[in-house]
Amino acid sequence: MADEVILLNFWPSIFGMRTTIALEEKGVKYEYREEEDVINNKTRLLLEMNPVHKKIPVLIHNGKPVCESIVQVQYIDEIWPEKNPFLPKDPYQRAQALFWADFIEKKVCVCGRRVWTTKGEELEAANKEFLELLKILQSELGDKPYFGGDKFGFVDIVLIGFFCWFPAYEKFGNYSMESECSKLMAWGKRCMQRDSVANSLPDPERVIGYVLHLKKLFGLE
Amino acid sequence: MADEVILLDFWPSPFGVRARIALREKGVEFEYREENLRDKSPLLLQMNPVHKKIPVLIHNGKPVCESMNVVQYIDEVWSDKKNPLLPSDSYQRAQARFWVDFIDTKVYEPADKIWSTKGEVQEKAKKEYIEALKILESELGNKPYFGGDNFGFIDIAMTGYYMWFEASEKCGNFSIEPECPTLMASAKRCLQRDSVVNSVPDPEKIVEFAFKIRKIYCV
Repeated sequence: MADEVILLNFWPSIFGMRTTIALEEKGVKYEYREEEDVINNKTRLLLEMNPVHKKIPVLIHNGKPVCESIVQVQYIDEIWPEKNPFLPKDPYQRAQALFWADFIEKKVCVCGRRVWTTKGEELEAANKEFLELLKILQSELGDKPYFGGDKFGFVDIVLIGFFCWFPAYEKFGNYSMESECSKLMAWGKRCMQRDSVANSLPDPERVIGYVLHLKKLFGLE
Repeated sequence: MADEVILLDFWPSPFGVRARIALREKGVEFEYREENLRDKSPLLLQMNPVHKKIPVLIHNGKPVCESMNVVQYIDEVWSDKKNPLLPSDSYQRAQARFWVDFIDTKVYEPADKIWSTKGEVQEKAKKEYIEALKILESELGNKPYFGGDNFGFIDIAMTGYYMWFEASEKCGNFSIEPECPTLMASAKRCLQRDSVVNSVPDPEKIVEFAFKIRKIYCV
């Protein structure tokens, strides 16, 4: 019996990109549904499938919801294990991958959000911290082509969505990612050569437009 | 060759206790090392250079950090031992991870404010804390544990907060049981398990510690 896979998403979401990349890496057929007005007018399906957080992305597999993007990526890896495994088999390596995913989630994403919702001194501090966090990640990457080593994997999937947001960060932070984190930029370009990533990340110009809209919404022009 | 397992920890930590419980659930012999968080050991700084936090599990010289990551690692490495901590079904596993993420965001943030603030900020935190506990209670339903019949991943995550219930109540001057009776019943059940009894400090000591912290925060 064929699987029914639906993804509720919102196109600029770094979180949603993780899930679309994961599904595409595994070659899973799925129905993409855009939450057109995710801030003001969430669909009934979204509210029913994620009553706790009311957020995207929501993966609905044969009618059953899986919420939280990092949980979804692990789920996808377990349900469709044969093609392009994301997590290493070794428990220690797996723990390292999960550690870095948690770092990205708890530190990078949280700091990233501050960049869009603050101004003045607070914004300056957020920009500074954001770059520091990226440098920690860059140091972890080292000379490896991907965070997982030779193969594109879990940590790459968790981080790569930021790549299409980098031009927006540069523009509003008034710095150059290439100057600050050239190895990370090279990693990003390498990941963009994968179909799953190229098909999941929106045009950075479109993201900049969205950020301008967000800034207006928060009164932070 | 015998495993060498060291746990760098801090006795009242709701996160450290999770690692202790998981090791004891699996019957793993380990060396517990108490950290003075105001004077962190060179080993802690070396083994967790990114966050410099406990708990850190050092297994045959290699560190694993972040408490629920440690719990999952313990479950996978000692998978032949009794008491699987995560469900074997992928969908159930995803649900367990979802709820642990909920606990570490929606319960942690207000709990921390209850311990370290007063006045309006604390009142708001109490409200959010109870709301989060009620959502969890609804998820628990009639089950003895979040894991169903068996003590598992979500229960381990919550036990860190269960052991702080009395301290939270005293810091915030409120009572959890009338708000969440079935969650409290599950909490008591968890606190009676051998692995938990041997891992959790005396609640009186935690209350004492909490008030010491409040003094330091000038609350």
